[in-house]
Amino acid sequence: MNQNPYLPELATLVEVIEETPNIKTFRVVLDDEEKMRNFTFRPGQVGQLSVFGVGESTFVINSSPTRMDYLQFSVMRVGEVTTRLHQLQAGDKVGVRAPLGNGFPVEDMRGKNIVFIGGGIGMAPLRTLFLYMLDNRADFGDITLLYGARTPVDMTYKAELPEWLGRSDVRTVLTVDAEYPGWEHRVGLIPNVLLDLAPSPENAVAVTCGPPIMIKFTLQALKKLGFEDDQIITTLEKRMKCGVGLCGRCNIGTKYVCVDGPVFTYAQLKALPSEL
Amino acid sequence: MDRFLAASQLTALADDLAQTGPVLAPIAEGGSVVFRWYRPGMRIELSRMASTSPKAATFPQTEPLLAVRREGEAKTPTVEATLPPRSRTVVLGCRPCGARGKEIFGPVFLGGVHDPYFARRREDALFMAVVCTRPETTCFCTSVGGGPADTVGVDVLLIPVEGGFVARSVTAAGEKVLAHALFAEAGARSAEADAVIAKANAAMPPQDDFRTAPEKLLARFDDKDFWERQSAKCISCGACTYMCPTCYCFNITDDDLGLESRRIRTWDNCMSYLFTLEGSGHNPRPTKAHRLKNRVSHKFSYYPTIHSGTIACCGCGRCIKHCPVGVDIRAIVRAAQEYGG
Repeated sequence: MNQNPYLPELATLVEVIEETPNIKTFRVVLDDEEKMRNFTFRPGQVGQLSVFGVGESTFVINSSPTRMDYLQFSVMRVGEVTTRLHQLQAGDKVGVRAPLGNGFPVEDMRGKNIVFIGGGIGMAPLRTLFLYMLDNRADFGDITLLYGARTPVDMTYKAELPEWLGRSDVRTVLTVDAEYPGWEHRVGLIPNVLLDLAPSPENAVAVTCGPPIMIKFTLQALKKLGFEDDQIITTLEKRMKCGVGLCGRCNIGTKYVCVDGPVFTYAQLKALPSEL
Repeated sequence: MDRFLAASQLTALADDLAQTGPVLAPIAEGGSVVFRWYRPGMRIELSRMASTSPKAATFPQTEPLLAVRREGEAKTPTVEATLPPRSRTVVLGCRPCGARGKEIFGPVFLGGVHDPYFARRREDALFMAVVCTRPETTCFCTSVGGGPADTVGVDVLLIPVEGGFVARSVTAAGEKVLAHALFAEAGARSAEADAVIAKANAAMPPQDDFRTAPEKLLARFDDKDFWERQSAKCISCGACTYMCPTCYCFNITDDDLGLESRRIRTWDNCMSYLFTLEGSGHNPRPTKAHRLKNRVSHKFSYYPTIHSGTIACCGCGRCIKHCPVGVDIRAIVRAAQEYGG
């Protein structure tokens, strides 16, 4: 990280992938070859992407530190910066401030059975950890991935789904909210499909991310299945500006999501004031 | 070291200091007194506390962070940090609370992360603070660790005496300024200055004891009813945040100038709905009750919890005095402390 915490690294978009009508994935390489070679991060850490002259926004690095050809960010078009990002093409320059935040506690997850539950764009932070675990497969027990979106059209990482579904060393389950022509996987809301799959809480950790309403009911489902608060990990969304704990908008009580998070166990979240 | 500055020499001192660096001083403007970058001809007014705070000396309302330039058709821009130029900045005639206010920034901006912009401004700033001889009804500096002649964050204390000020150096940098030819021997005026300080301290109203505020405010966190009552009057205008010497929340935005752009930092306002609005449309602080809770709790609970008990408020009372609807931060903290007996 730069000495000046606001100074981004120049980087080049090497590939832009259209995931859904409003989500694009950007693959980025730092222009400074040495910095790119030495770049390290933990799955779950985030970065600030700059479009110069427009602004800067926070996104999780959703590539895996085990695959360092590029840094990948998936961006939903919702505001000024993301709209301009969506207009960029391969070869265009952006700024990157990364890595920021804490990342997933991968050391504590070794030897455990892992249950991923991702909803919509919430799959992005799970992807980095999922790929990291696939690349260190022997370090982890059974891996289940439950990924849901409103419709098949809203599903990100479509190009990778066949591979994930085809692997014998992970169980991948896809679901959409309602019947859709040609859809061959599950139909149903994520918490209901989760209850149906009924993964055992025995020696397990659940990692979930998605819209607040999905998280709310997924937590209820996990509790019903017998998962304890410290067996549930999530990663939070907050509006951020500085990304280094100064600008004062992402705090929940004394904790700054950009520095102390964005990854928290449900037990940690319960100990914080309720301001999600 | 004590020196004497005749009241008639104050303007000459400001004129002279302004030749070697910026001077921020309380200036009479219409019916108000506001901090302005001093230029000869302006009238410095020290008889009452300025409406605005001297925060701009170390934390300007707008400041450039980066300059991004693009040459012709080149795709690759150059990105440069735009650090403030090195130059001594004198704050001439703030109150001790104003000097103390900026000390709240230190542990945040020079703690885990080093903010080079603040660091430079802080290093280059020299605070000459006037002792307050008459507290206003909104003053409560003694309740948050300060006082009318407090020297925290002060380089030179200006103590009003007959015919002018005893200028008392607090730091080495302050002592250097007192070598200026406009200062005279203090002599017997030093004793007069001591008496003025003693009288000023005695004039302060009884202080609040905010030591239990951090846990008492946290205990009310989920008490929606409490915060709705406390914020009933609030109109979310944010005047409190702009007047406050210790508020440091900021925004970062880009200013597009064609081939060039600037990334700037500006004071932000936690009382605004947009402050925490997320891209998804979700807002963790959707009502004024949520936002006032965060503002009061940040100063009297979160900050002291993180930074060894220091309250992130200097007690200047500007937020009370200038609130258009009379929200009183002291009353809110007291209400939380006294809740349930």
